[in-house]
Amino acid sequence: MIINLILLFGLILAALWTVMTVRLIRSIVGLALTSAILSVVMYRLHSPLAAVFELSVCSGLISVIFVTTVSFTQRMSKEDLLIRRKERFLKYWYLPIILIVTGLLLSRYLLTPQFTLIALEPVKGVDVRNLLWNTRHLDLFGQVVMLLAGALGVVVLFKESKK
Amino acid sequence: MLSLFILAPLVLLFVLNLPINFIGKLAFWLAGVLFFSQVLLVLLHSVFAWSAYPDFLNSFFIFNLYIDNLTRVMFLTIGIVALVSLIVAQGTIVQERQKFNFVNLLLICVIGMNAIVLVRDVFSLYVFIEITSVASFILIALERNKSAIEGTFKYLILSAIATVFMLTAMAFFLLAAGDLSFAAIHSAFYNPGASSILKLAAGLFLCGLFIKSGVAPFHGWVPDAYSAAPACVSVLLAGITTKVAGVYVLLRLFGSVFILSPAFANILLFAGAFSIVLAALAALTQDDFKRMLAYSSISQIGYIILALGCGTPLAFAGAVFHFFNHAIFKSLLFVNAAALEKQSGTTDMNKLAGVGSKLPVTGFTSLIGMLSTAGIPPLSGFWSKLIIIIALFSAGKFVYAGIALLASVLTLAYFLSFQRRVFFCKPVLAESTLSTLGNAGRTTFGLRFCEVSLCIITVVAGILIVFIHNNGILPLRGIFW
Repeated sequence: MIINLILLFGLILAALWTVMTVRLIRSIVGLALTSAILSVVMYRLHSPLAAVFELSVCSGLISVIFVTTVSFTQRMSKEDLLIRRKERFLKYWYLPIILIVTGLLLSRYLLTPQFTLIALEPVKGVDVRNLLWNTRHLDLFGQVVMLLAGALGVVVLFKESKK
Repeated sequence: MLSLFILAPLVLLFVLNLPINFIGKLAFWLAGVLFFSQVLLVLLHSVFAWSAYPDFLNSFFIFNLYIDNLTRVMFLTIGIVALVSLIVAQGTIVQERQKFNFVNLLLICVIGMNAIVLVRDVFSLYVFIEITSVASFILIALERNKSAIEGTFKYLILSAIATVFMLTAMAFFLLAAGDLSFAAIHSAFYNPGASSILKLAAGLFLCGLFIKSGVAPFHGWVPDAYSAAPACVSVLLAGITTKVAGVYVLLRLFGSVFILSPAFANILLFAGAFSIVLAALAALTQDDFKRMLAYSSISQIGYIILALGCGTPLAFAGAVFHFFNHAIFKSLLFVNAAALEKQSGTTDMNKLAGVGSKLPVTGFTSLIGMLSTAGIPPLSGFWSKLIIIIALFSAGKFVYAGIALLASVLTLAYFLSFQRRVFFCKPVLAESTLSTLGNAGRTTFGLRFCEVSLCIITVVAGILIVFIHNNGILPLRGIFW
């Protein structure tokens, strides 16, 4: 229980840092950290495959893509940096309130469950690979279409037109 | 047979991108034939009974696709609007490469929308909503100018928030129902032990869908996205994309999957009425034609949400009929906007003053579209609004019925203001600019064809209301609960 609470607070703090930090590189580090903590949470929830995906794709691959993108940008001037540092707390004043209200609302359901967790029994012991490849063909088809849409997006939005 | 509705556009997408020189030049015609076939298949459903044919792909894949009367209405609407959007693109996009990219993205959008109306599983529904949204983001930013990127960014951010709501809801559905199929979730609603968590999940899903539908107060992205997008994309977005990815899903889930509790009914009624009034008032203050149409779209979606909240089979049937009508007359009005923009280079109503005399087809068809939107008899918009208002009265929702009725006057006010400013006012454009209007020849033939065709559908659907009522609206009543 204590480990879970530490992980949960770590997750929230890393996510808040990701959103509120001024420098993009720090934001990327925060996102990678959030994903890394989330993978630990997933592992502890007996989802090792999801944890591996989260760690390798979200924490690793996506961070590399973000760092590559940021390397093409220019450094912010010191004046802008100071202004943004001052503004960030005013800009995100609502985040802690949303967090507390959501926590209170969800705790009503999750800390004192008033429902039967029927999902836990049938899912136990089912291999996620079998579930995905044998029963979710339409979703896999959807993934193919999504990849095509992404590829088209890169072509349409980032390819320089001939002048 | 049903899987062809999602596989045929995908096969065409691959064919178009084969490294063969001439195939790209055929993109417009091949996509046009595909969308026309979709419309034809739906219209001739009773002749061919194609949905009864076994799906040969089921021996290879497990797709679990289903069709009912609501799906057929959606297929018809998707086919018509996609075809119109394609013709508008042919007439308004100049660069061949951009035209080709548009056709590719349109095909992805159609795959997503066709799949949304065929699936019976919440997760698959989510996957295809996201596919449709991603294709829409790219389409809005097609011209890569500042306002287009800004419109896309707003839509992207709000869609991401909607995604968070929907994914959280799905986690709760899985916890309480053990499966994400519509049937499992529907049965779980009758389990007293799971009702509270399911209500929470349904509420979260509702928030996500409100954002996707652009219902007030979640409508911030709609005017920017609709007005910044290229003309053909505005037709697609306003006509069908946001309707299928948001409003159809609301109709399907709250019509036949979730149980519409009094609390949800009140939320839907209030959100619907709020959208109708707020967006109609906002439309009155707009100077840009496309922004005014965007607010009008939010207002008309309010009628559908209002009918959904009413919760009677008649109200649902009215909502679906208004969905179809709105897709047609809003596409018509956005085609009018495309014609005006193409001919005069602006959608600013102050600068467009008096151009009506030079564009008689656009002037006449926009008048029909606007009168139908405002609910003037005997046009199609009148009948769908009448059904919704009768359903509200029958259910004892007199205040909401009154709001729906009075808001039609507001709709008429902002559209008459537009007509007076653009078509019956003294011209402000230079005479040399005005003299070129209406003389563009072949480039606007497609636009005129779309204007006239959509106008005919609007008028005919109004005149043939008895036939539509017996063969289209009454069968729809059986779908819900």
